[in-house]
Amino acid sequence: MTINQFNTQNLNVGQKLAIKYFSVAVVLFAAQILFGLIAGLQYLQPDLFYGVLDFNVNRTVHINAMIIWMLYGFIGASYWLLEDETGISIVGIKWGHFSFWLLTVAVIIVVLVYLFIQWGPGTDATIWFINEGREYIEAPRLADIGIVICMLIFFYNVAATVSKGKVTGITGVLTLDLVALAGLYLAGMFYTTNISLDQFWWWWVIHLWVEATWEVLVGCIMAWGLITTLGASRKIVTTWLYIEVALMFGAGILGLGHHYFWIGTPEYWFTVGGLFSALEPIPLVAMVVHAVYDSGKHGFKSNNHPAMAWLIAHAFGNFFGAGVWGFMHTLPQINLYTHGTQWTASHGHLAFFGAYATIIIAMFYFAVQKWRGGVTIRGDLVDSGWKWKWSLALLNIGVMGMTIALLISGYEQSQIERAIGGSTWLGYFQAQIHPWFVEGLVWRQIMGYITALGFILLVWDLLTIGKKEPLELESKVA
Amino acid sequence: MNKNKIWWSSEQFWKKTAIWVTALMFVILIFLSFDTINKITVGSNRVPSYSVINKQISYKFDTKRNFQVPVISEQDSPLFGKKLTEEQAEKLVTHGKKIVQGRNCMNCHTLLGNGAYYAPDLTKAWLDKAWGDEKYREQLMINFLMEPEKNARTFGSGRKMPNLNISKQEAQAIIAFLKWMSSIDTNGFPYNFNAISQGEK
Repeated sequence: MTINQFNTQNLNVGQKLAIKYFSVAVVLFAAQILFGLIAGLQYLQPDLFYGVLDFNVNRTVHINAMIIWMLYGFIGASYWLLEDETGISIVGIKWGHFSFWLLTVAVIIVVLVYLFIQWGPGTDATIWFINEGREYIEAPRLADIGIVICMLIFFYNVAATVSKGKVTGITGVLTLDLVALAGLYLAGMFYTTNISLDQFWWWWVIHLWVEATWEVLVGCIMAWGLITTLGASRKIVTTWLYIEVALMFGAGILGLGHHYFWIGTPEYWFTVGGLFSALEPIPLVAMVVHAVYDSGKHGFKSNNHPAMAWLIAHAFGNFFGAGVWGFMHTLPQINLYTHGTQWTASHGHLAFFGAYATIIIAMFYFAVQKWRGGVTIRGDLVDSGWKWKWSLALLNIGVMGMTIALLISGYEQSQIERAIGGSTWLGYFQAQIHPWFVEGLVWRQIMGYITALGFILLVWDLLTIGKKEPLELESKVA
Repeated sequence: MNKNKIWWSSEQFWKKTAIWVTALMFVILIFLSFDTINKITVGSNRVPSYSVINKQISYKFDTKRNFQVPVISEQDSPLFGKKLTEEQAEKLVTHGKKIVQGRNCMNCHTLLGNGAYYAPDLTKAWLDKAWGDEKYREQLMINFLMEPEKNARTFGSGRKMPNLNISKQEAQAIIAFLKWMSSIDTNGFPYNFNAISQGEK
């Protein structure tokens, strides 16, 4: 065992695999921010890279890098905690490494194709090899098949390890959740000309991933995180997890209806979608109560302060980003004016960051801690931990700032383009050139730079934190 | 612990609740999905058949539903002056949609309100007043799609669609797809749309 240095001898086999996933996740996180900055700048300077790296290319990479780095984060997190939870070594670890390389090679190829080939003719070959052209699941069909194979291997590893080892509430929920997660991806893997039907199934993937199965997955990570950092009671944490699953799936599954207001689907979705999506914030409130209560009960004493801080950031970010910002425009009476405006972008930024980026960053901190031999990362760090504190602050201020700036642009757009301008071509551009809209986008860009700065600091901190700290003795909490 | 004897705080109770609630919601979703898919099949009231591109489509205020709805006239108004069979129309619209996917239109535009927000929504693009007169619309759309940077009207925003090497045949297929999409009943979205031909139903 080597202390203070990155040494994989400090990790169990699942964790060795996990740090590979985490490393790629950080690189893709960087790509997400970089291409987000370029796309944001194109709003302000439309001639930037015009005809070379157009907005649609940058935006595709921006949102795909995000989905994929979060997926890497989730897979990594699951492998990270699996051995601790089940008490046994991961069953098919070789396959796990194989699928890591398969997925990574596939991701590299897909990104290169996005950047250098960009588009193809209106044939099936384009859909299979270049770009499927459907937001978030642009990956060509061939890559889809690769992703499904990797998800099946991942699922096998989790399910087989859990069934052979000790089944806990956390691993039980995780296993069942992964069935849904892998299965739902299939709903986005066929072509249909009927755009209403296309979007009907497309939302099964997007919504039921992001607003149901991913939420439950982070619920599992959160439960494990609270036990690990605070030494919270497993019985209480597990009971909370079940309550959250009941509320999350209870509201989130039919909450899907809020995407079925305007795509050609019948009017009863107004009622179903409106009602159930109004309930969707409830489990997120429960998560905040749960996290803050447990932390407070243990006096916020933990052996990994940055991870703890990011877990708390997750609880609040999830509630505000997914819960409050989602609810703000989820009722059909409001959504009629906000659907497809910068409101959605505002909500998207805070929700993905608050609900998912935060908790994966917490996992990064758990990983570096153990990777360095289980050092203490408490409040008394040698450099007083200024890097993690500043990166936490800058990332949160940056994303919150982008969210508010986009919301202001969104308000203006829903008023001028939608309510007054009638959503025509002219109405659209009248809203886009209005100073209130443009000012919002200028601030979004500034806040984007702050986010990027926070990210750079985060990477620096992850590479250096714990280098000079004493070894954490076996005690779970200090 | 005394607390654990209370039924609503027991782990087992919530475990069972989680399973039953999830199963119930999923069953309801499946049931509703069957009904919805039935109602959005091509050729239904909400999603007209592809041969609708042979007809004149307008967007009119429905006083009963209190929002605008697409109205398909009885009279023929074939796209590019050529009346197509249902099969030919499906082929053309399919080609159009595949081009829209292949050119990644959705990462600048929104379709049915979904996509990116860098360019106008395309849901009712066929019915947009920007095309001026119905007489010139088809030609203007072809011109625009083939040479977007020359025909751009960006109202001072400076945002121009890039040239995506769209041929005339491809432009026609895209327009067929847009015309068909404009006939879908989207529950009044986009609201208050100032259509090229409107009125009351």
